[in-house]
Amino acid sequence: MTDDAAKRAPQGTMIEIQGVSKWFGDFQALKNVSLSVGKGEKFVVCGPSGSGKSTMIRLINRLERHESGRIMVDGIEVADDVKAIEAIRREVGMVFQSFNLFPHLTVLENLMLAPVWVRKAPKKEAEEIARQLLARVRIPEQADKYPGQLSGGQQQRVAIARALAMRPKVMLFDEPTSALDPEMIKEVLDVMVELAQEGMTMVVVTHEMGFARTVADCIVFMDQGEIVETGAPKDFFAAPKTDRARLFLSQILGH
Amino acid sequence: MSAVLRRTPALPGPLEWARVNLFSSVPNALLTLLSLYLLWKYVPPFVSWALLDAVWQAPSSKACREAAGAGACWAFIGEKHRFILFGTYPFEEHWRPGVSILLFLALYAVSAMRRFWTPWLVLAWLAGLTLIGMLMWGGVFGLRYVENERWGGLVLTLLLATFGIAFAFPLSIVLALGRRSEMPVVRAVCVIYIELIRGVPLISMLFMASVMMPLFLPSGVTVDKLLRAQTALILFAAAYLAEVVRGGLQAIPRGQYEAAEALGLSFAKRTALVILPQALKISIPPLVNTFIGLFKDTSLVVIIGLFDLLLALKTALNEPAWSGIGVEAYLFASLVYFVFCYAMSQYSQRLERDLARGPTARALKDT
Ligand SMILES: Nc1ncnc2c1ncn2[C@@H]1O[C@H](COP(=O)(O)OP(=O)(O)OP(=O)(O)O)[C@@H](O)[C@H]1O
Ligand SMILES: [Mg+2]
Repeated sequence: MTDDAAKRAPQGTMIEIQGVSKWFGDFQALKNVSLSVGKGEKFVVCGPSGSGKSTMIRLINRLERHESGRIMVDGIEVADDVKAIEAIRREVGMVFQSFNLFPHLTVLENLMLAPVWVRKAPKKEAEEIARQLLARVRIPEQADKYPGQLSGGQQQRVAIARALAMRPKVMLFDEPTSALDPEMIKEVLDVMVELAQEGMTMVVVTHEMGFARTVADCIVFMDQGEIVETGAPKDFFAAPKTDRARLFLSQILGH
Repeated sequence: MSAVLRRTPALPGPLEWARVNLFSSVPNALLTLLSLYLLWKYVPPFVSWALLDAVWQAPSSKACREAAGAGACWAFIGEKHRFILFGTYPFEEHWRPGVSILLFLALYAVSAMRRFWTPWLVLAWLAGLTLIGMLMWGGVFGLRYVENERWGGLVLTLLLATFGIAFAFPLSIVLALGRRSEMPVVRAVCVIYIELIRGVPLISMLFMASVMMPLFLPSGVTVDKLLRAQTALILFAAAYLAEVVRGGLQAIPRGQYEAAEALGLSFAKRTALVILPQALKISIPPLVNTFIGLFKDTSLVVIIGLFDLLLALKTALNEPAWSGIGVEAYLFASLVYFVFCYAMSQYSQRLERDLARGPTARALKDT
C-alpha cells in the first residue's frame, strides 16, 4: 500500500490508515482497514450502503474514534489528545451529505466563523477571503442570505466554501451530492472538479462515477467494513477484480 | 415567493368577518351567543363596581365603605401605596427604593432592545446594580444606612426576581450542558442536582435556607436572610431552567455539532457560537414561562418573613382602620404582577417573531 502511494505521490503521504478496526457496540463497522493517500491525490470511495464508507472518512478527522490500528494525518497521529485532534481538524475540511450549515448565521458568517475563532484571523481579512471563496463557488451574491433561503446546490457550495475558508490541506466529502435534486448535482460537482484540478488532496465518498472517472487517482471499493479493492479508475471500471465490485458496478451503472 | 407575498387578501367587511369567525357553524354560533351573554351579565357590573361607583379617597375603610356603597374602595391603595411599594423602608427615604425601581425598569427596557445586546450591556447592568445597591443600603455619599431587613415591597420583589433570573439562567446552562456531558461524574452531579431540587417544593427550600443553612455555616459566619432566600430561589429556578435548556439542546441536529467539530472549533466555542444560540432561540417560550413562574414565586419568601409586595400588602390590611378591603388590595397586587408578567410574555413573543423574521427580512431586501 505505502509503496504504491510513494510511487503515485512523490511529495509524500497525507493520510495513512493502518490496520484500523471500528466497532459500534458488538457490530464491527470496519475490519482491519488500511489505506494511504498521498499529498495531492484524489481518492473516491464507493460501495454498498452500510459498507463503512462514512465511518472510514469520519475517522480521519476524529468524528468517530477507532479502537485499533493507527491513523496519521500530515504527520500527526489521530488519537485521544485534544490538541492533536484540533490541529488535525484545522488541516482537514469536511463536507457532509446534509450540508450542516449553521442556520442562525448568514452565509458570510458561516464562512468567517472558523477562520476568526479558530485561526484567529482578523475579521476584515476573514471577510475578504470568504467573499473570494463565494465567488469561487459562484454564489458571491448570496453572502448576506441565511442558509435556509438557498437551494440545496447553493447550500452545498457554501458548505464547500466554509470548509475551504480554513485553508485545509485535505478535503473530505461524504456523499456531497446525494441529498441534491439531479439538476443541482452538476453545479456542486463542477466546483469539486475545479478544486481537484487546483491540486487539493481529496477523499470523496460518492456514487457519481462520472466524477470518479474524470478526477480520481484511485477508487476504493468497500463492502461489509472491508476495503475489497483499490485501483485506478480505468482498471476498476473496465475490469473489477472481485465479484463483489462487479456486482456493485452493475447495480449502480446498470440503470 | 414574491408573488405569494404580494397577494393581499381583499379586506372583509365586519359582517363578513363576523359570519366567518363567529357564526360559521351552529355550535360556533351558540358559543358566540353564550359568550356575549356572559360578557353582558358580568362586565357592566364589574365596570361600575371597579370604576363608576368606586371611591378613590377616604381616610379609613369605614368611611370608604359608607361613601362607596356598592363600589370598590381604592382609597386603600391611595393611602397605602407607599407602604406596598416600599415596605418598611424609612418613610422619608422612600425616594431611594423609588429610584431603584425606575432603574430596574430602565435596565429591563434597555436589555429588551436587541441593538443594545453588546458586551456593554453587561457593564450597564453592573453599574445599574451597583447604583441600586448604593441607593438601597446607603452609608455612602451622605445617604443614611438602611439595613436590608427593612427593605420591602415591590423593590424587594424586583430584586429577588432580577437576581434570581440573572444567576439562575447561566447556572442552568451549565447544568444542562453538564447533564449532556460525556464525563460520567459531571453528568451524575448535574442529574442528581436537577432531580433533587425539582423534587422539593420551593417553600421547603426557603425554610431550609432560613433554618438549616445557618446550622451548616461555621459559627460566627452569618449570611443574612435576604441573601439566603435569594440563594434558594436561584438554586431552585436553575434546576427548572436547566431542563428547559436541555430540551433546546436536544432539538439541535447532530450534524450541527459535527460540522462545528470538523471546523476545529473547541467544545467551548462550538457550544457558545453554534449550539447555544440555536438552542436558546427555540427555548424562548418555555424559558419565559419559567421566568414568569420565578417572578411570581418570589412571593413565597413571605413565609420566611421577607417583606415583599404581598406581605407588605397583607400587613397594611391588618391595620384596624383598613380592615375588610382584601378584595381591592389583592386585585391591585394581582394587577402589579400581571403587568410585569404580561410584559415579559409580550416581549418574548415579539423576540421570537423578530428572530424568526430576521433571515426573511434580509432576503426581501435583496430581491
Ligand atoms: N453511530 C453508530 N452507531 C451504531 N452503528 C453505526 C453507527 N454509525 C454507523 N453504524 C453502522 O456501521 C455500518 C457502516 O456505516 P456507514 O455509515 O459507515 O456506512 P456507509 O457505507 O456510509 O453507508 P451509506 O452509503 O448508507 O451512507 C452500518 O451498518 C451502520 O449501521
Ligand atoms: Mg454514509
